[in-house]
Amino acid sequence: MLRSEKRTHRLLRLYIPPDSGWRGTLSALSGFLACITVFCCEKGMPEFFTTLNSLIPQFFDKLLVIWEALPYILGGALVTAATIVGALGLGLILGIPMAVGQIYGPVPVRLFVRLYVWFFRGTPLLVLLFLFYFGLFQFIGLDVSAFVASCLVLGLTSAAYQSQIFRASISALPMGQMKAARALGMSDAQALRNVILPQALRLSIPGWSNEFSILLKDSALAYALGTPEIMARVNFVATRTYTHLPLYIVAAILYFIITLIGLYFLRALERRARIPGYNM
Amino acid sequence: MLSTMDFFWERIVPNLDKGLWLTVQIIAPSAIIGFLLGVFIGTLRVFGSPKIRKVMDVYTAIIRGVPLVVQLFILYFGLPSIGIYFQPYTAAVLGFILCSGAYHSEYIRGALLSIKQGQLKAAYALGFTRVQTILWIVVPQAVRRALPGCGNEIIYLIKYSSLAYIVTCMELTGKAKALAAQTFRFTEVFFAVGLYYLFLTTVATWLLAWLERRLSIPGFGGKSR
Amino acid sequence: MRPEYRYALMNTQTPHPPVLSMRNISITLGGRKILNSVSLDVERGELKVLIGPSGGGKSTFLQCMNLLVTPDAGSVSIEGASVNPHDKKALCRLRQDVGMIFQDFNLFDHLTAVKNVAIALRRVKGMSREAAEERAMHELGRVGLTDKADLYPAHLSGGQKQRVAIARALAMDPKVILLDEPTSALDPELVGEVLAVIRDLAKSGMTMIMATHQMDFATALASEILFMEQGNIIERGTPGSLLAPDSATRTRDFCTRLADM
Repeated sequence: MLRSEKRTHRLLRLYIPPDSGWRGTLSALSGFLACITVFCCEKGMPEFFTTLNSLIPQFFDKLLVIWEALPYILGGALVTAATIVGALGLGLILGIPMAVGQIYGPVPVRLFVRLYVWFFRGTPLLVLLFLFYFGLFQFIGLDVSAFVASCLVLGLTSAAYQSQIFRASISALPMGQMKAARALGMSDAQALRNVILPQALRLSIPGWSNEFSILLKDSALAYALGTPEIMARVNFVATRTYTHLPLYIVAAILYFIITLIGLYFLRALERRARIPGYNM
Repeated sequence: MLSTMDFFWERIVPNLDKGLWLTVQIIAPSAIIGFLLGVFIGTLRVFGSPKIRKVMDVYTAIIRGVPLVVQLFILYFGLPSIGIYFQPYTAAVLGFILCSGAYHSEYIRGALLSIKQGQLKAAYALGFTRVQTILWIVVPQAVRRALPGCGNEIIYLIKYSSLAYIVTCMELTGKAKALAAQTFRFTEVFFAVGLYYLFLTTVATWLLAWLERRLSIPGFGGKSR
Repeated sequence: MRPEYRYALMNTQTPHPPVLSMRNISITLGGRKILNSVSLDVERGELKVLIGPSGGGKSTFLQCMNLLVTPDAGSVSIEGASVNPHDKKALCRLRQDVGMIFQDFNLFDHLTAVKNVAIALRRVKGMSREAAEERAMHELGRVGLTDKADLYPAHLSGGQKQRVAIARALAMDPKVILLDEPTSALDPELVGEVLAVIRDLAKSGMTMIMATHQMDFATALASEILFMEQGNIIERGTPGSLLAPDSATRTRDFCTRLADM
C-alpha cells in the first residue's frame, strides 16, 4: 500500500486523503475523470472525443500496414547497412593515406589534403550527393546506380572526416616512437606500417565509432537520390497508405537499433584490440 | 545556350542569393535558440532531480540516435496525421532547434562535469545559493569549455540547414535543385551552391575562432592546459 | 566598517557567547566514524590550531563548521544562535559569516583576482559593481597583491592564489575564518608569504580555526592547539603546555616525528 501511494500522481494526492485505501483512491480518480469530462463537454470540445473515437480503429489499421510493410522496410535496412559498410570502408582506405600524407607528405600533398578536407567538410552532404550523382558522375561519363553513387559520396565525405581522426591519433603518439623505429634501421614506410599505424589505429577506434553513428544518420539522405534504403521505402509506403507518423517512428526505431548493433560490434573490436597501458 | 560564366552570373547567382537569405533566416534562430536550449538541457542533465535527468537523457539519446531527416519527416509529414500542422519554415527551424539542442547539451554536460568540485565548495563557502553557484560560477566556466564543441555543432547546423529543402523550404539547396532541374546544368549549379555553403561554413569558422579568442581566459581551452 | 574596528568594539560588550560553537558533532560514513561527538567553542580573537595525522577528521570537522558537510548529529551555533542545516537561508547567512580557505585554493578559474574577490560581494551581498571592486581592491591591498588584480588564476603562483583566496574570504567581513591546511599544496619557498598574511590577521584580532602541519607557526600564535585522531579531539591545551620539553603528550610525540621527516 505504501508503495502504491508513493506512486500516485502529485495532482491526485490533493484529492485523496492520505489514509483512504484503494476505494478512496478509485472514487477520487473517477471523480477527477468525471470533472474533466464535464468540463470538456461544457467547453464545447466534443470534437476531441470524436477524433479519439476514430483514432482507435485507425490505430489497428496502421498497425496492420506496418506489419505488412515490415519485410519491405527491413530490406531497406540491409541496403542502409551495405551503404555504411561501403562508405566506411572507402573512407578508411582513402583516409589513412590522407592522414599520413598530411603529416609526413611534401607540401603539395599537404595542401591537397587540406583543400579536400575543407571542401568535403564545408559542403552539405545533400549538395554533394546532388553534385556528384546528377552532375559530376555524368560529366565524366561514369554511369552508376543511385546506390553506388551514395556509397561513393558518403565514402569520399567520410574519408575527409576519418583522415582527421587518424591525423589526430598519429600526432597524439609520442615523438620517440618514430625515432625508435628509425634507430632500429626501419625505413619510414616500415616504421609507419609496423609501429605508427598499429598504435594510431587503436587510438582511433572511439573517433571511428562516432564517425559510424554520424555516417549511419547521414546515409538516410541517400533516399534523395532514390537509393532504396530505409527512408526511401518508408516514404514509398507512407505516401501510398497515408500512414506517415507511425511509419516514420518505425524508421526512427530501426535507425536506433542499427546504431546500437553497430556500436556493440565496435565496442567488441575495441576490447579485442586493447593493449595494456592504452587507455582509450 | 549561355556560356558557363554567363550562366553563373545571370542565372545562378541571382537565384541562389534569394535562397541564401532564407538559409540565413533558418540558421540564425536555430543556432541561437538551439544553443540556449542546449545549455538549458545540459544544465538539467547535470543538476536536475534524478527524474528530470532521466527524461532529458532519454530525449538526448533519441534525438542523437535518429537521423535528422527522420525527425523533419515526423515534424512536417507525420504530425499532421494527429492534427498538428506546421509551415515548412517553422517545421525546419523547430527540427533544427530540437536537434542541435540535444547535441549542444552533450558538450555542455561534459563541460559541466569537468568542473572541479572545489569550485562549488568555494562558492557555497562564500554563501552562494545553489542557483547562484550554477549561474555565476559553473555556467560561465562550462560555456568556455564547451565552446569548441558547440562551435563545431553550429558548423554542422549550417550544413544540415540544407535539409530544410526536404520539407519544401525553398532555401539555397531548394533553389539550386529547381534551377538545375529547369536548365539541366546540374554540375555548374550544384558546384555553385557548394561554394555558397563553403563560404558560409568558412565565415562561421572564422567567427567562432574569433569568439573563442575573445572569450578565452588563461587556464581554459586546449592549449594552455 | 573594517573588521578590526568591529572586533574591537564588540570586545567591549560582556558577556558574549562564543563566536562559533560546535556541540557533539558526529559523522558516520560507510560504517566508519569520521567524527565522534566532537565539541568546540571558539571565543572572539582566538586562533585555534587543529593538528594530527591525515585522515584524523580535521578537514571534515572544519567543513562541518560552515555546514559544507552536514553532520549526522550535533549542532552548530554562531554567536549563540543555532543554525538549522536544512534552512537554506540560514545556511547561506552562516557561510557569509564564516570564511573558508581551502588547501587547493579553489579560486574561480574564469575570473581575474579582483573579480574573484568581488563576485560574492556583488551576487551574495548585492553590492554594486563599483563598490564591490573597490572593496576587493582594498582587500587585495591587505594581502599585498594590488598589482596582480587583473591576472587570472592560471597566471598566479600558488602563494599568490592562496592570498587571493584569503582576500576573498576577508571581503565578506567574516566573524571567523576556517583555514584547511592553507599551505600544504604550496612549494616550500611560497609558504612564508601566506603564513605572513595569516600572522597579520591573527595579530589584528581575527578569530580563526586552522588545520596545519606548520608547527613553528602554531606554537608561536595559537591560543589553543587541538590534537585530532580517529575522529576525536585527543588532547587540547596551550602550545606551552602541550609542547613543553618535559611533557609526554601525544601532540609532542607527533611534532617530533614531523620534525624528523
